[in-house]
Amino acid sequence: MKQIVTLLCLAFFVSVPMWLTDPYLLNALITTGIFIIGAMSLNLLLGFTGQLSLGHIAFFGIGAYVSALTSLGFDVPIHGDFHIVHVPWPPIVGFFLAIVISGFCGYLVGRLSFSVRGAYFVIVTISFAEVVRLVALNWVELTQGPLALTNIPSITIGLPGLGYLVLKTKFHNYYLVLAVAAISYFLISRLVHSHYGRAMRGLMENETLAVAVGINVTKTLTLAAVISAGIAGAAGSLYAHYIRIIDPDVFAFISTVTMVIMVVSGGKGSLAGPVVGGVIFGLLPVFLRPIMPPEAQWITYGVVLIVILFVMPRGIVPSLAAKLGLARAGGTRRASIAVSERTVEEHA
Amino acid sequence: MAETVLSIEHVAVHFGGLVAISDMNFHVNKGEIVSLIGPNGAGKTTAFNVMTGFLTPTKGAVKYCGADLKGKKPHEIADLGLIRTFQRTSVFPNDTVYDNVLIGLHRQGKLRLAEAILGLPRARASEKAQRARAAELVRWIGLEARANDLAGSLSYGEQRLVGVALALAAQPKMLLMDEPVSGMNASETHTFVQLIRKIRDSGVTILLVEHDMPMVMSVSDRIVVLNYGRIIAEGPPDDIRRNPAVIEAYLGQSAKDVVKEVAVHA
Ligand SMILES: Nc1ncnc2c1ncn2[C@@H]1O[C@H](COP(=O)(O)OP(=O)(O)OP(=O)(O)O)[C@@H](O)[C@H]1O
Ligand SMILES: [Mg+2]
Repeated sequence: MKQIVTLLCLAFFVSVPMWLTDPYLLNALITTGIFIIGAMSLNLLLGFTGQLSLGHIAFFGIGAYVSALTSLGFDVPIHGDFHIVHVPWPPIVGFFLAIVISGFCGYLVGRLSFSVRGAYFVIVTISFAEVVRLVALNWVELTQGPLALTNIPSITIGLPGLGYLVLKTKFHNYYLVLAVAAISYFLISRLVHSHYGRAMRGLMENETLAVAVGINVTKTLTLAAVISAGIAGAAGSLYAHYIRIIDPDVFAFISTVTMVIMVVSGGKGSLAGPVVGGVIFGLLPVFLRPIMPPEAQWITYGVVLIVILFVMPRGIVPSLAAKLGLARAGGTRRASIAVSERTVEEHA
Repeated sequence: MAETVLSIEHVAVHFGGLVAISDMNFHVNKGEIVSLIGPNGAGKTTAFNVMTGFLTPTKGAVKYCGADLKGKKPHEIADLGLIRTFQRTSVFPNDTVYDNVLIGLHRQGKLRLAEAILGLPRARASEKAQRARAAELVRWIGLEARANDLAGSLSYGEQRLVGVALALAAQPKMLLMDEPVSGMNASETHTFVQLIRKIRDSGVTILLVEHDMPMVMSVSDRIVVLNYGRIIAEGPPDDIRRNPAVIEAYLGQSAKDVVKEVAVHA
């Protein structure tokens, strides 16, 4: 049942560029999609481990910069005549490097915060984001600082037998973002339904008990941080190659807040939550912009959020699922033992 | 000579100036049911916390299957098959009973990340085995009818059972239970005693902390009595109930009823 809904939604998203011709709206959908990927990665931490990453945009921004610099190349003086020179590589390499390096940063932040517990993670992530922003702003030789990295090339993919395809148009980028979003969704879904996901749930609900049945806190939470940061890095890379210009403003705190709003309104701990919340809060500004001044837009934005959380405190997806009597979305709850045993037999 | 599973050697625990445990020495042999009893505040839970790595002893050592547990984290100790339950009811409240047990099965389902994410055959097989095992454990503990209810919504006694099922899911070689029947009524307790025997018969060594004297007397092979952090007596139930120091300890705690109860059941 849930799978059918997921597939129908996917089919709908696939069809959009075929009937939506307005480039302005398509552009909004692409940037919203990129932020939804970021929100999904945030949800892995916030919704499935209970850890709030308030510097989540750092992983996104690092992905953007890594990918941009990989494809642009750089020449950075280190000491005296010693330079580090990097000749441009294909953007697709940058995309994968962005995932790896952002993931590694997730590892460092996770290792640092999860050996000590409590509110530590929130603080470490905020500080980390600020440090990274300052580096991007001040290491001008590498990042051009506030002058921004410009002319970032579009991602090119090689198609066997067909040569190369430069993903330059909105049409292309829409499908690129959709593909990455779908893969991320699938990956997170598999993860949270595996015993890794159960370990995360256990830690979130009752850490002492989880530890007593042999769940390794540091390892489990760090794993979640690595995967979350890696996916955020992928989103950042897509952003850099689509917008084709990035400056230290990508690290703006407000972007993290946007992702948190997407997750919380859609429903944290629900796989579809960030998608639903993301579509609403990603597209809301697009529809508000022509009809009201900026201040009123912000107020409306806030009112919509408050109304959603007031009517559906657990977020849209979990509340609707509960109303419709479905099993909790994204959770590991099974309809009944009988059902799970039947699936066991089906697999056999 | 019986094989020693757990030995507590000269363990002391100080909380600032308070001596919660002083020079504790005892051991548990393979296949035994040993009870650790004593008045409130005697240091029983503290002893459990030391054995399972939740607390570092001020002095002394805990050895499990011959290995020193010094410096080991709780999850590492659990990984060795030394599993505990908690005095205060402890479940994963927002998960179903069935999912609680599935989480408890963590130790058995270990897979590589790639296997889990890609759903490789080994991952499917393992998932299938775990689900079957979880269903079996839920049935075994007698909570089949409640399998799909949230653990947090269960009665107190049922939640204690979930706690035990969870611990069993973690595949203990040795199980430490902290007041498992507190909050259970007489018939629940009776069923539980049979359960404990069944667990032991399946090859699990058991150390029990319990205030319910009739239950302790009937189920234990040996009893260790703790008072003010010191072991004051140790032996089979018949010796313990006649031991003057034990009676004194409980009397000192104005628990005459307990002694009377012990005498009645003698
Ligand atoms: N973390 C702690 N910090 C300070 N004192 C503690 C701590 N834990 C336990 N104590 C003290 O150590 C003593 C032993 O406590 P413990 O919980 O081990 O007793 P117990 O035998 O389990 O009692 P009960 O039968 O009531 O459960 C008590 O005086 C208690 O107040
Ligand atoms: Mg206690």
